[in-house]
Amino acid sequence: MTALSSALLPSPLLAVTGLEQSFGGVMALAGVSFQVAEGLIYAVIGPNGAGKTTLFNALCGFYQPSAGSIRFADQELLGLPPHRIAARGIARTFQNLQLFFNMTVVENVMVGCHLRARTHLLAAALRLPWVQRQEQQLREWAIAALELCELADRAGQPAGSLPYGLMKRVEIARALAAKPRLLLLDEPAAGLNDTETMALRDLIGRIRANGVTVLLVEHHMPLVMGVSDRLLVLDYGSVLAEGAPADIQADPRVVAAYLGGAVNYAV
Amino acid sequence: MRLAGFYLFALGVALLPILFPDNYFVIVVGASAGLHVILAVGLNLLMGYAGQISLGHAAFFGMGAYASAILTTRFGWPSLLALAAGLLATGALAWLFARPILRLRGHYLAMATLGFGVIVHVILVQATQWTGGPDGLSGIPALNLLGWRVDGDEQWYGVIMAAMLLVVWLTLNLVDSQVGRALRAVHGSEFAAQMMGVDTGRAKTQVFVISALFAAFAGSLFAHQQAFVSPDSFNLTVSVELVTMVVLGGLASTFGAVCGAIALTLLQQGLVVFEDYEMLIHGALLMAVMIFMPQGLFVGLSQAARRVRHRLKRRQPLPST
Repeated sequence: MTALSSALLPSPLLAVTGLEQSFGGVMALAGVSFQVAEGLIYAVIGPNGAGKTTLFNALCGFYQPSAGSIRFADQELLGLPPHRIAARGIARTFQNLQLFFNMTVVENVMVGCHLRARTHLLAAALRLPWVQRQEQQLREWAIAALELCELADRAGQPAGSLPYGLMKRVEIARALAAKPRLLLLDEPAAGLNDTETMALRDLIGRIRANGVTVLLVEHHMPLVMGVSDRLLVLDYGSVLAEGAPADIQADPRVVAAYLGGAVNYAV
Repeated sequence: MRLAGFYLFALGVALLPILFPDNYFVIVVGASAGLHVILAVGLNLLMGYAGQISLGHAAFFGMGAYASAILTTRFGWPSLLALAAGLLATGALAWLFARPILRLRGHYLAMATLGFGVIVHVILVQATQWTGGPDGLSGIPALNLLGWRVDGDEQWYGVIMAAMLLVVWLTLNLVDSQVGRALRAVHGSEFAAQMMGVDTGRAKTQVFVISALFAAFAGSLFAHQQAFVSPDSFNLTVSVELVTMVVLGGLASTFGAVCGAIALTLLQQGLVVFEDYEMLIHGALLMAVMIFMPQGLFVGLSQAARRVRHRLKRRQPLPST
């Protein structure tokens, strides 16, 4: 019966099993396992140093975990370099801004489209007619991503000239331009004011509506509780709890380790 | 228009010998500046756009020059074939070296490329039976372009300027393409570039090879133009001068590199009259630029112009909303 039902269930988009990552003697990830079904907004929370960003960096190939498995769309990601993982359909933003400050906003986002077109070096240098058409196509894709993030009017500006909140949104647009199946957002609300955070919440909703699964690391509890379908709580590199927001808020272990008291985070 | 600056530049290059007919300075120094532009524009792709330093770029310049010199004088190859062979050999060598060298960053990359430049220079001096040693190789035949023997200063001005314009045009196209954006992304944030699917190792290798090819191209032309090559034209000082041109004009700007190359060529010519004080003035000017305009002459001036324009625009009363 169990075998039958599990066979009928669609396999999860992302299945992480027993992931371990150590730096010297510190176990940053001590056997983390969780699954993310396609179409969900899945949040990872935990105190500072719990291993959230380490988890992200392991998922996208920046670290090489010592044990475990990362299966994405039924294929193993462990051991692949970042650009190959990106090609499988994972895009991300960064906790510390990693914008290309030497480019305009739209050029940043056009780099996001990198995998959706292939320009041969020689053809680009000679600017053959089909390269020009491709440039136009890339620009249209980039503008579409900027429109989704309400940034289209900033397209021509140097990326570094934008206010901080908008720079964070350019990163999201750049990641979306890759047409990912899974989007990793690393603390997208950090440094944003309340209005910007509300706009971010709407944006995350729109991203899901576009069929993109979202994995979210965030400290801003009202945002996390308001937007997520499921939560994973990490503490000292291990999974403390996993479940729906209401269950997590009611979990006494989570409250003790992280939330610091019984608070209702409805927004 | 995307290439407006380029057409203006090409027009200027074409008008110079018409405006100053039979002017030795314009023709000869112009040709020299043209070769420097090819070198600087190529190095700027690597340094300015991809953010990878090379302190050994004169080595590729030298390899192109010696390939043409050796193949034409010792083996009697046609000059165009020797040029192609020089490009092929230099490109292949650059490709072989790129992967291990470009794994290094910052000071380590600077030291590795410096070492590479020194090694090539030592080979040019020591492999006497091939290169003629410190005395160099003379008697390099004229460049033969499908029957046209390039001869005389005016013709050389034309050939070098055409080659330079070709290189600048290719570079402008490349920078403003998917390939160029990937390069600039490597410079902006290598990690983010990787996460956007850019194979950063491959991108760096490509630009290293292109940069070396431009230098070798300039080298072949230089060998035929001078009809003589010696190791002194490709030593560490030349590598440093090339870096200076790129930095002087402004990193990550093709016309910045163009301006830097022209400015430094003119400066060297102008300082010849000061003889012993040449290097002193050269150094002082460089320091002044670095202190007062660290983003480079061309980039600094164009930014200043944009600021002034912006301020003028602001003075106008805003339309009421």
